[in-house]
Amino acid sequence: MKDYSALKLIREGLTGQKGWRPAWQTPEPKPSYQAVIIGGGGHGLATAYYLAREHGLKSIAVVEKGWLGGGNTGRNTTAIRSNYFYPESAALYDFSVRLYEGLSKELNYNVMFSQRGMMVTAHSHHDMEMAARQYNAMRINGIDAELIDADGVRRRVPLLNFRDDARHPIHGAVVQPRGGTGRHDAVAWGYARGADSLGVDILQNCEVTGIIKEGGRATGIETTKGVIRAEMIGATVAGHSSILADMAGFKLPIHSYALQAFVSEPLKPVLDTVVLCPAHATYVSQSDKGGIVFGGGLDRVPSYGQRGNMPVQEVVVGALTEMMPALAKVKLLRHWGGIVDVTPDSSPIIGPSGIDGLTLNCGWGTGGFKAIPAGGWLLAHHMANGRHHEISRPFDLARFTTGRLVDESAASGIAH
Amino acid sequence: MTRHAGAAIDASRKLRFTFDGRAYEGVAGDTLASALLANGVRIVGRSFKYHRPRGLWGAWVDKPNAIMEVSLKGSELPNCLATTTTLEDGMEARAVNAWPNARRDIKGGLDLFSRFLTAGFYYKTFIWPDWHLFEPSIRKMAGLGSVSLEHLDDYITDQSHDQCDLLVIGGGPAGLAAARESAEAGRDVVLVDDQELIGGSAYQAPDIEEQYPEDWVTSQRAAIETAGGRILSRTTAYGVYDHQLVALIETRAFGQTPRLTRMRARHALLATGAIDRPVTLPGNDTPGVMSLTAAREYFHRYGVLAGGCAALISNQTDAQTALAPLQAAGLEIQALDPADPDLKIAGARQTTGVTLRDRHIPADLVLTSAGRTPMVHLWRHAGGKLTWSDPLQAFLPDNQLGWMQAIGAANGTFDTDTTLAEARARATGATPPADQPEPIQPLWPRPGAKGRQWIDFQHDVTLKDVELAARENYASVEHLKRYTTLGMASDQGKTSNMAGLAAMATLQGKEIPQVGTTTFRPPFVPVPLAAWAGQHQRQLYHPVKRLALEPQHRDAQAALCEYGGWLRPGWYGAGEADTRIAHEARTARATAGLLDGSPLGKIEVMGPDATAFVNFMFYNTMATLKPGQIRYGFLLTEGGIVYDDGVVSCLGENHFLISCSSSHVDGVRGMLETWRQDGNDPDQIFVHDLTMHWATLTVTGPQARDIVETLGLEADLSSDALPHMRFATSTWNETPMRIARVSFSGDLSFELSLRSSMAPALWDHLMGETKKIGGTLLGIEAMSVLRAEKGYIMVGKDTDGETMPHDLGFTIPRAKKTAPFVGDRSLHTETANDPHRKQLVGLTVPDGAPPLATGAHVVSDAPRRSLGYVTSSYLSPNLDRPVALGLVENGAARLGEEVTIWHDETLSKATITAPCAFDPEGDRLHA
Amino acid sequence: MQRFPCPFCGLRDEREFHFVGELGKTRPDTSGPVSDEDWAHYLHMHRNEKGCVREVWMHTTCAELFAMERDSVTMEVLGTTQLRKDAS
Repeated sequence: MKDYSALKLIREGLTGQKGWRPAWQTPEPKPSYQAVIIGGGGHGLATAYYLAREHGLKSIAVVEKGWLGGGNTGRNTTAIRSNYFYPESAALYDFSVRLYEGLSKELNYNVMFSQRGMMVTAHSHHDMEMAARQYNAMRINGIDAELIDADGVRRRVPLLNFRDDARHPIHGAVVQPRGGTGRHDAVAWGYARGADSLGVDILQNCEVTGIIKEGGRATGIETTKGVIRAEMIGATVAGHSSILADMAGFKLPIHSYALQAFVSEPLKPVLDTVVLCPAHATYVSQSDKGGIVFGGGLDRVPSYGQRGNMPVQEVVVGALTEMMPALAKVKLLRHWGGIVDVTPDSSPIIGPSGIDGLTLNCGWGTGGFKAIPAGGWLLAHHMANGRHHEISRPFDLARFTTGRLVDESAASGIAH
Repeated sequence: MTRHAGAAIDASRKLRFTFDGRAYEGVAGDTLASALLANGVRIVGRSFKYHRPRGLWGAWVDKPNAIMEVSLKGSELPNCLATTTTLEDGMEARAVNAWPNARRDIKGGLDLFSRFLTAGFYYKTFIWPDWHLFEPSIRKMAGLGSVSLEHLDDYITDQSHDQCDLLVIGGGPAGLAAARESAEAGRDVVLVDDQELIGGSAYQAPDIEEQYPEDWVTSQRAAIETAGGRILSRTTAYGVYDHQLVALIETRAFGQTPRLTRMRARHALLATGAIDRPVTLPGNDTPGVMSLTAAREYFHRYGVLAGGCAALISNQTDAQTALAPLQAAGLEIQALDPADPDLKIAGARQTTGVTLRDRHIPADLVLTSAGRTPMVHLWRHAGGKLTWSDPLQAFLPDNQLGWMQAIGAANGTFDTDTTLAEARARATGATPPADQPEPIQPLWPRPGAKGRQWIDFQHDVTLKDVELAARENYASVEHLKRYTTLGMASDQGKTSNMAGLAAMATLQGKEIPQVGTTTFRPPFVPVPLAAWAGQHQRQLYHPVKRLALEPQHRDAQAALCEYGGWLRPGWYGAGEADTRIAHEARTARATAGLLDGSPLGKIEVMGPDATAFVNFMFYNTMATLKPGQIRYGFLLTEGGIVYDDGVVSCLGENHFLISCSSSHVDGVRGMLETWRQDGNDPDQIFVHDLTMHWATLTVTGPQARDIVETLGLEADLSSDALPHMRFATSTWNETPMRIARVSFSGDLSFELSLRSSMAPALWDHLMGETKKIGGTLLGIEAMSVLRAEKGYIMVGKDTDGETMPHDLGFTIPRAKKTAPFVGDRSLHTETANDPHRKQLVGLTVPDGAPPLATGAHVVSDAPRRSLGYVTSSYLSPNLDRPVALGLVENGAARLGEEVTIWHDETLSKATITAPCAFDPEGDRLHA
Repeated sequence: MQRFPCPFCGLRDEREFHFVGELGKTRPDTSGPVSDEDWAHYLHMHRNEKGCVREVWMHTTCAELFAMERDSVTMEVLGTTQLRKDAS
């Protein structure tokens, strides 16, 4: 799995590119596996990879109803960051950032993790106080962070609105220098290639139609390509977690919503960092190709429709053009939607489903992409060991019964 | 080059423009592209990756290159498509991503390395030593136009709503015939066409229904308008959204913002036509290779003959007939067998012809078409399905959507007479006769063939890249697209997708329909962001709520700031803010202060079940409130978290007034309404939000009573008659007034409410009296200091998303209240009972130390961990020392304990105290 | 831009509506003991169906709650009814 290199590219360039092997195979399903992962997005592929790599499992399959990486992995705005408030979240997401930092080399696949910085702006005196609370929390949690003033913001992102009549004037920002963006498809493909090389069967176009339960234990799945037995099953089906739970006979604390994303036509570099403006509820970065990639809040209506809706488009684009007025004249190339799992505290669910043999990784809401390495690693850990890693323990489904929610969004917010 | 007659142009009106610094002349009605073509300019841009020279393939939206930065009269717009940009006098255009110009782009040398830069090469390298070392230079290479930081001041879009019985999308023969038929049948018809001159492909025909095309179009147009139909030209339907909403964008003069119309259509006919597919053969990206349709459009619309000597490579059976008028105008045409595998296009910067084995067929123009692809984008936006037509080798709408149907070329009907019959039938709801299309010979890419054959002309995706993707098993069409970037260019695959997926089908031994298409996503063409933003900018973006007394505050030199969505006085008077705030806070405690508290929520609840309802809504017991009494309380979420705090006044039997936080009025009203209707008998309770109707002025301070007494109210204001937490009504100037003795400052306070229109008179009176005794106007900031001195919380500042009422010291209802209330059960979970919960405390610093930073954390020493944080911190002007509030783990049990404070990497010390630092006995409150 | 028919005001823009929750949830009677599990189930668990859903919505401009049946994939509205028990 180490054959990607500049040297090999040159050699192949001279010999007609004939020597490249498939990044992954297209095997037929076997009747049974040690572990079956439902969902071939980033989290599912990463889980399979770590099960094979870290835990030595030899018989693993990933089943995907469409094409791998075709769910939210291929639909998000690619931000990677760990600027979280609570120690539980900080530990989870920073673990992910650390895995991302080594991922291209580990997978021998350039996932283009670009640590160009993640900036969260503050737009009032009170925002600055909250920014200080956030900044200090990050530093105490061992996360890199800077608290900068308006001049500092202006130096880094002159594109932001510094006009006198800006509706939400900029007072400063919290910056996480190690935050940034990655190439979303490459993360899925890199893990798929890595998992395949470790013997994982990646079964595309194979839709799960039922969960087989025997004596209260999940022992296999029914699919459009037949029954597949498994000693253990992991579910990583963001956007459709409730459907899977319904098949297995339980309910989840999840609503499905469409989250939209937008990209403009390519421009020469004009924005060097990822910017999130909470007052505008909008975030934006510029892709390596040059497109302005941005998004905002969820659609207003619970939905399984993987497409955008106009009112939210107007809100998000309106916010962007007030945030960065020079972009009003730039043209939008494409917009799309993905279906996200939204939990009551907007934090993920990792761990037992309540049905033996079936372990969950879901509920990432709008931020699952940045957590792919950690989500996969932790689900693999739980499946292989039958118990939580300390990092995933706070995200057990049981927290909705004990009340121990990890609610990042509620940790801030000012009222008068 | 001489101009022929063209339907769109007025050759007598000359327009000057420049391209890449050179001056040219066009005519009125030209696009930038047609004018350049007329001037013999063949290289109009460069490709994205290899910087290869690019000519004009299409004549309208099916153009993957010819992207320019254009400026005119101070407006500069990036990434304008030359084929759809109407020429205006004085335009300066520049090819993007090419330096110094499109003719001689120094990065053209990159093409020499193309064999190493195949699809996805960047996934396989730049891994060592680190991606960061390579990324900046790669970013600089990428991108098209550059965007200036200048904000175009008047670049604001008008947005409107509209509706119609029938929306006809596309003003070619099919659309015009359908619109006329429907309009004359009395329906409300709107026809949109994206060109200035409607008619679509009509001008390419020698005649339509025995009329010249111009005459036919004019007569249809007149008939439609006479029948009451509306025709919107230069208007593109760019997206179809839920519930039959079609988004329309009207292009205007250069530099003017487009107009957005959200059209709700009961029915729609899709008459968007079809475009030519490029033929995939070696050298097919050479400038001078043009689509068959484009050559006809340039001739018939713009009067430009694209060359002198053309080779024709097409599987369209009527191609030669179609080109007859061009031939008559002097274009020599040599048709070649499109299926011949040895065809190659010759030439580097401009085609010199076609080679066929050892033959060279000289030509300065190569006209190609591998068949026509119906424009089904909007059909797919609407959720319609596609079926594969074998005779036409194209995906067609299945026309099963109900409200939308495709007609004409968009439906695979290419013959004009058949199109007109189909359009008229569909327009009246009839089923058109079945069409028997003439089959075309399939003409798709031949994987394995030699030579560089382009699939995506902007992104430089060649057939070999598709082969590589297949070899590496990026076989799904979505993987193909994402791995090779095929179809992701500015034209979103209009010219490239079909060839790409056909090649992949062949490589996998599948039929094209088995491979399927990628998703069609809006917008159909790139649309300026301003279109979505509309007027939602500056003051109209997130508009603030404004006080009835704003003019009075401005007169008093208030610093108006936003608090919870309201524009309110932060402090008064010029000078240093901190000084002003301290002065106000000191004066208010020394004599009196006057505060505009109008945004305070005022929601009335009444009706036979009101008492039980309010008792259910609040954490605190409200059932025992007697008329005239006021009680402080919390509204919780069902999860037990403090959502808001406020006071409840009992105005009478089953009649309550809830004063919630100003920023929570809408939320509290929603909560009340939800519980009223879902779980209660809604006919027994009435919830009425009067926040905007009543203004509230607060007089606070030891001399507050003296000031209020000057109003000469009938009500007895003495502390015996109206003690703390009591309510009275009165009248002032014949207007009902409500008087509440509640206090957020900790001093004697009166909240006086009356209808908003009377607020200025009351303000003037109270301000005069306040000033007279040496009192002050009080802004929000000083009030925040006063309440912090008293340890009074602000929800959302001194609480967070975990805070429960017992964390704030309000423990009794949780322990004792027996009647159900919102959030009750959540106060007894494992987490709610956790002894380590964060609790509200006061924090003091050692003598002489500065105030703590709000947002500083209380930390444990080893291991370093956050135990909580400072939520409010001020230098108290009345105590002459810093005061602070915070949420700290198990804080209530740690009074007197010294703790470590972390702020900005620096440690300091503080002592945990009770929250209240000023007048803990409350003597002043009860004065 | 979807349009929902408020049973009281007629067809209105989706921006006037607020999603309240799934239809048919009953609050446990908290005047007696309620188990942690029952409470958590009431608070947090959802059917979250793909396809036909039945939900409670508020038309914020008239503040009335009503039940709506709709398709969560196609966004087609199948019908709305008043919440009031005596509604006919």
